[in-house]
Amino acid sequence: MRETYFSHAIRETLAEEMARDERVIMLGEDIAEYGGAFKITAGFAERFGKERVRNTPIAEGGFTGVAIGAALTGLRPVVEMMFMDFITLALDQLINHAAKFRYQYGEQARVPLVVRCPAGAGRSYGPTHSQSLERHLVATPGLVVVAPSTAHDAKGLLKSAIRCDDPVIFIESKVLYGRRGDVPEGDYTVPLGEAKVVRDGEDCTIVAYSRMTEESLRAAEALAAKSVSCEVIDLRTLAPMDTETVAESVRKTGRVVVTEEGPLTGGIGAEVVARVVESCFDYLQAPPQRVAASDTPVPASRVLEEAAIPSARQIAEAVVRSIRAG
Amino acid sequence: MKYDHDEIIEHYRLMLVIRRFEDVLDQLFGEGVIVGTSHFCAGQEACAVGAVAALRPSDLVSSNHRGHGHFLAKGGEPRRLMAELFGKATGYAGGRGGSQHMAEFSLGFLGTHGITGGMIPVATGAALSQKLLNTGNVVLCFFGDGATGSGAFHEAVNMGAIWELPIVYFCENNLYAMSMPVAEAFKVTSIAERAAAYGLPGVVVDGNDYFAVREATGEAAEHARSAHGPTLVEAHTYRHYGHSKSDDCGYRSAEEEAAWRARDPLKLMRERLIAEGSLTEAAAEALAQEAEQIIADAIEFARNSPDPDPETLCDGVFADFD
Repeated sequence: MRETYFSHAIRETLAEEMARDERVIMLGEDIAEYGGAFKITAGFAERFGKERVRNTPIAEGGFTGVAIGAALTGLRPVVEMMFMDFITLALDQLINHAAKFRYQYGEQARVPLVVRCPAGAGRSYGPTHSQSLERHLVATPGLVVVAPSTAHDAKGLLKSAIRCDDPVIFIESKVLYGRRGDVPEGDYTVPLGEAKVVRDGEDCTIVAYSRMTEESLRAAEALAAKSVSCEVIDLRTLAPMDTETVAESVRKTGRVVVTEEGPLTGGIGAEVVARVVESCFDYLQAPPQRVAASDTPVPASRVLEEAAIPSARQIAEAVVRSIRAG
Repeated sequence: MKYDHDEIIEHYRLMLVIRRFEDVLDQLFGEGVIVGTSHFCAGQEACAVGAVAALRPSDLVSSNHRGHGHFLAKGGEPRRLMAELFGKATGYAGGRGGSQHMAEFSLGFLGTHGITGGMIPVATGAALSQKLLNTGNVVLCFFGDGATGSGAFHEAVNMGAIWELPIVYFCENNLYAMSMPVAEAFKVTSIAERAAAYGLPGVVVDGNDYFAVREATGEAAEHARSAHGPTLVEAHTYRHYGHSKSDDCGYRSAEEEAAWRARDPLKLMRERLIAEGSLTEAAAEALAQEAEQIIADAIEFARNSPDPDPETLCDGVFADFD
């Protein structure tokens, strides 16, 4: 198996899909010669031409809408949202257009769109360049929301997303861009809508996604040294959510800790906990725990940012609280 | 006349059908037969029919909240439109969309939609598809004066311009964004003037004159088809009813309404066709009766259609996940 960067896995996937299917085009700010803010599309304009690798004005709502219209009429656009924070400018197009066309216009309508979103904190970019806004998207029926945690899954899930006939929000942790992992060469897919048990355990289930998966694995490793066995689940797709994989684990462990990079209130953790309580209340030995960012904007200072965003230590503490509770 | 006689008569009949559709809808809402909301286009028929007349059948049309006329002009069946207004399973959206959310891609009709200005980027994306897929088709994008206040309008028209997309931006300026008069909504003297900001041609046309609309849209469509990019067409027109069915038009004067009714597009077309000998009074009356019959049939169809099955409520949220 070949080891490569998460960011390179995404670049490779985009290139492979553009080579495989001429209908795949890209739209976004500075994605052509510049290669995108994170250099994901470096070299694409030269290879595929600027008709298919299309620099846009700074108009997130407009170019997302253009991509939706193109998707509705035969193309398979991949939009790069330079920072996920900017998706707020495109929410009308995503919520009122992309998410609803299939339902309101019927089977004739398909919106095979991917919106790639470099997301999350960890780089001291401050309040408007560090957010994890997926909570706002999972609450809209009709949008698929995907958030890989490894280079392997980034490639397989992105392939599935590009081949999917629904609008997919594809969340890429900026911190994970720099991680390396095993990535098969050539074509493979990871199915959308399926969570994965990434570590088996008996005492407590930790539910995570994106960058918090590696923090959760770190926590599980530390706890294993104290003879606490954690099962770690990587949700991978946030909507539609694979409740069954989580429930099955919680029925075994009787405890659940959910972690995310976004703030506590109204987050993904709240949704996971609600589903766990609904589906396996009788199996719970302790109250579910949420480990999330502080209910604040994401501050820029490294010290403050670290205080705001959850880490392995807080996840481990939540597991311990859960075990002590019952 | 440069146009085919039978086609012109057919288009006049279509305008009568649209008018009748809207007048009858107003009654049906009043009687409580249909619920929800609707935005009537009575008074703006020459825009819908004249502009679509300038297209090829394979060209695409996008619409807005005031879209019954656009849809009927692009070949929509009155029966299925009416059934959608009745919320029935036989409607274009199976009762899910109502007035503002229906489409029929086989007719090249990309949809009515309830977000003002929201379809302008989508239509621009459809034009990008036409360009990249080399279909030779153009997109006709309808919107109102109110939509020109939105960022979506500016962003999309700018992208249409810089990428020289095959699209005609067609603004039906009916003088009010709901209640806000255009003079309060923008400082420029015309919407077409804004085309200069995007490096596009902008033209103003009498939106109550079918022939003028058809002429201007035809030129814009051929300009777009020959890879010269978009045109911003501003058609001056007037809606006979309020913004929506709950609007009593307190912001408009009786004099203004009377002046525009004197320039009713159906009246103008009828007078012109009779004056040039294309139509007799008797034939015009017969067409009006035909229109009444078509709409009566549509209502009958809608009334007798089944309701959607609540069991299907959750179907079709996704293409790949049901």
